[in-house]
Amino acid sequence: MATPKTIADLKPGETGIIKGFNNEELSLKLLEMGCLPGMPIIMSHSAPLGCPICISVGGCLLSMRKEEAEDVVLQ
Amino acid sequence: MGNPNVGKSSLFNQLTGLTQKIGNFPGVTVEKKEGSFVFQNHKISVTDLPGTYSLYPKSPDEQVVADFLSYNSTEKPDLILCVLDAANLKRNLLLFTQLSDLGYPMVIALNMQDVAEKAGIAIQVGLLQSRLKCPVIPINARNGEGLNEIKAAVTLMEPEARPSFFIADEFNPSLASELRSRFAVQNEYAALLLAHQYLNSYSLNEKDRQEIAQVLNKYQFQGKSLQAAETIRRYSLIHELLMGVVSVTPPQRPGWSVQLDKVLTHRIFGYLSFLVILLVMFQAIFSWATLPMDLIDSGFTYANSWLKSVLPDNDLTSLLTDGIISGLGGIIIFIPQIALLFAFITILEESGYMARVMFIMDKIMRRFGLNGRSVVPLVSGVACAVPALMSTRVIDNKRDRLITIMVTPLMSCSARLPVFAVLIGLIVPQGRLWGVLSYQGLALMATYVIGILSAIGAAYIFSKFIKQKQKSFFIMELPIYQVPRWKNVLQAMYSRSLVFVTEAGKVILAISILLWALASYGPSEGMKLAETKVSQQVEKGELTAEAADGALQSAKLEASYAGILGKSIEPAIKPLGYDWKIGIALITSFAAREVFVGTISTIYNIGSDSDNTDTVKEKLRKEINPETDRPMYTPAVGASLIVFYIFAMQCMSTIATTFRETKSWKWTAIQFGYMTAMAYFGAFLVFRLLGGI
Repeated sequence: MATPKTIADLKPGETGIIKGFNNEELSLKLLEMGCLPGMPIIMSHSAPLGCPICISVGGCLLSMRKEEAEDVVLQ
Repeated sequence: MGNPNVGKSSLFNQLTGLTQKIGNFPGVTVEKKEGSFVFQNHKISVTDLPGTYSLYPKSPDEQVVADFLSYNSTEKPDLILCVLDAANLKRNLLLFTQLSDLGYPMVIALNMQDVAEKAGIAIQVGLLQSRLKCPVIPINARNGEGLNEIKAAVTLMEPEARPSFFIADEFNPSLASELRSRFAVQNEYAALLLAHQYLNSYSLNEKDRQEIAQVLNKYQFQGKSLQAAETIRRYSLIHELLMGVVSVTPPQRPGWSVQLDKVLTHRIFGYLSFLVILLVMFQAIFSWATLPMDLIDSGFTYANSWLKSVLPDNDLTSLLTDGIISGLGGIIIFIPQIALLFAFITILEESGYMARVMFIMDKIMRRFGLNGRSVVPLVSGVACAVPALMSTRVIDNKRDRLITIMVTPLMSCSARLPVFAVLIGLIVPQGRLWGVLSYQGLALMATYVIGILSAIGAAYIFSKFIKQKQKSFFIMELPIYQVPRWKNVLQAMYSRSLVFVTEAGKVILAISILLWALASYGPSEGMKLAETKVSQQVEKGELTAEAADGALQSAKLEASYAGILGKSIEPAIKPLGYDWKIGIALITSFAAREVFVGTISTIYNIGSDSDNTDTVKEKLRKEINPETDRPMYTPAVGASLIVFYIFAMQCMSTIATTFRETKSWKWTAIQFGYMTAMAYFGAFLVFRLLGGI
C-alpha cells in the first residue's frame, strides 16, 4: 500500500484491522472505548450526508466524524 | 460509577427511589445525583456520578469526577459500586481496574446479563469474582433483581486487599514515590493520576501545581504516551483475566436492531421519521399539558378569589393573593410541560434513538457552530426553554454547549402562543390561501420559522466570535435499541420538575412579588386622583357600579409605579409603535409572557372577561391612538409586537436557568442583551417597513 489506509477509506460492509492512530488525543479516546491496535473493525454505515460514520468494533457500534476516521490507520 | 448506558441510573433509581435529588458539583456545571437507602438500620448515602469510560477526563467538567475521588477530596466515598455491562465486560473493566488501583473498597454490580445471553455471551461469575478479588453481584436493574444483595454487600462490606492491576512504578518509579512523599496520596497510582491531571484539578492551589510541575519536569513526564501505554497494558491484563470467564459465540447485534438502524438513519426516512416523531411529541405535549395547566390555572384563580373573599381587604391580602399566590401559580403552571417534555426526552434516550438523532444531525449542526447533540435542547425549546436549557448537559464540548444555551430561547416557546394568538387574530385577516391553508395558521407558522431561522443565524454569528478552545470529538456509542425503562422516565419527570420549582422558582417568585408591588403601589396623590376620578364618573352616571371596579383597577394601574415606568419608557418604545399602555404590559410580561394578555385586559378595563380573547381583540380594535386619531393597533403595530415577542428575552425563568447552566453573569447578560437588541431593532424595522409612523 502506497498511502496508509484509514477507516475513512472503508466502504459499508468492509473490514479493517486497526494498526495505529495519527492523533494522540483521538487515540486516547478510542483506546478507552476498546479500539485497540490489532482489533478488527467493520464499517457499518454512514449518516445521510456522509458524516459521521458508524463502525462496529468488539460488538459495539461507535460513531465518529470523517476527519476523525482519517486519523485511524489500518493494516 | 460505570460506563455510559450500562443501567447505572436505573440501579440508582432502584436504590434511592424518591430520596434522590439533583444538584451540582460546586462551581461547575456537572450534575450530581444524591440519594440514600436504609438496610438493617444502616443509612447509606449514594452519589451517582456521570458515566465515563475511564478516569482520564475528556473535559474540565469531567475533571470533577476525578477530583471527587482524589486524595484531598472532601467527599471521598467509603465504597465504590461499579456497574458493569455483561455484554461489554472487556471495555467496562478498564474503569474498574483504575478505580481498584486507587485503593477504594469496591463492589461490582453485573448488569444486563439477559442482553449478553441474547448476544451469545456467557459469564462465569464465580470465576470472575475470584480473579478480580471483588464481590460480583449479578443484577437486573430493570426489574430489581439482585437489589437486596447489592444493599447487603454495600452495607456489610469487609474490605479485602486487592492486587494492583497496573504497576504505576514500572514506567516511572521515582516519579510516583516522590509525589507520594510530598502529597498525601494514598498509593502510587493515585500519585500518577495526580501527575496527569494537576493542571485541571480544582482541588489544587497554585503552589501545589508549581511543585508538581517541577517534579514532572525532573522526571521528564510524558503524559499522553504514558496514558496510551497504560490503557493498552490494562487491556491486555483484562484480556488475560477474562480467559475462561467469558465464553462467546461470535457477538452480533440483534437482527432487528440493525434493520431499524437502516431505516432510522436513512437518507430520507431518517429525517422523515425524526420529523414525524417531533410532531407527535409536540402534539402530545401541547394537548396533554393543556388539561393540567387549565386545572392549575383555575385552581389558583379559585384559591385567590376565595382568599380575597374571606380575608380583609388590605395590602397584606393583596400581597398574598396577587403577589405570592399568583407568583407560585406562575411557577407551578410550567410543571406539566416540563414533566412531559422530559418524559419524552428520557424515552428517546432510553430507547437509544436519541443517539441516532444526534448522528444524523451532526453535520448540519456543525455548519452553524453547533453540535449534533444540540438537537435535543433546540427542539425542546419549542415547548419551553427552561427544560431545554437544562438538557444542554448532554453536550460535552464547552463552546458548543455555550452557543446552544445562548440561542435556544429564540425557538418560540409555548408561552408566547397566547400573545401570538391575540395579535395574529387582530391583524391577520381570516380566510384561506387556496381555500385550504388559513392565513392566520400560516402567520403562526411564520413566527415559528422566524424563530428557528434566527436561532440558527445567531448560532452562526456566535461561532465566528467564540473560538474552540478544545477540539471537539464526536466519538459516541450507539447503544442497542431497547424498550425504555418506565421507572426511569417517571424518575426523570419528578426530579427535573423538582429542580425547576426549587431553583427557577425562587427567582420567579421574587420578581413576581416585585412586579406586584410596582403595579399596586404608586405615589399616593396619583392613586387618590385615580380613585376620585372613577367615583366621579360613577356619580355622573357615566359608569355602572360593576364597570366601576374594572375602571378603578385600570386607573390605579396607570397611576402605579408600573404605570409610571411604562410612561417613562414610552419615548423609547414609540419608534416601535407602542404607547405606554403596551409599555406596562411589556414590563409585566417579564414575569411570564402570558401575563401580557392579562395586563392588557386590565389596562383596557376588560374586567372579568379577560380570558375571552375575542373580547380582548374587540377592545384593542376599538382603541384609538390619540396622536393620529386612527386605530392604535394597525397591522404595523401588531406585526411589530409579534416580532418583538419572537426575539425578546423576557422570561425570568429562562434567565434564571441560563445562569444556573452557565454559572456566569457575563453570558447571562450577553444573552439578555443581544436578544433585547434583536427584539428592539427587529420590531423597529418591521414597524417602519409596514408603513408605521
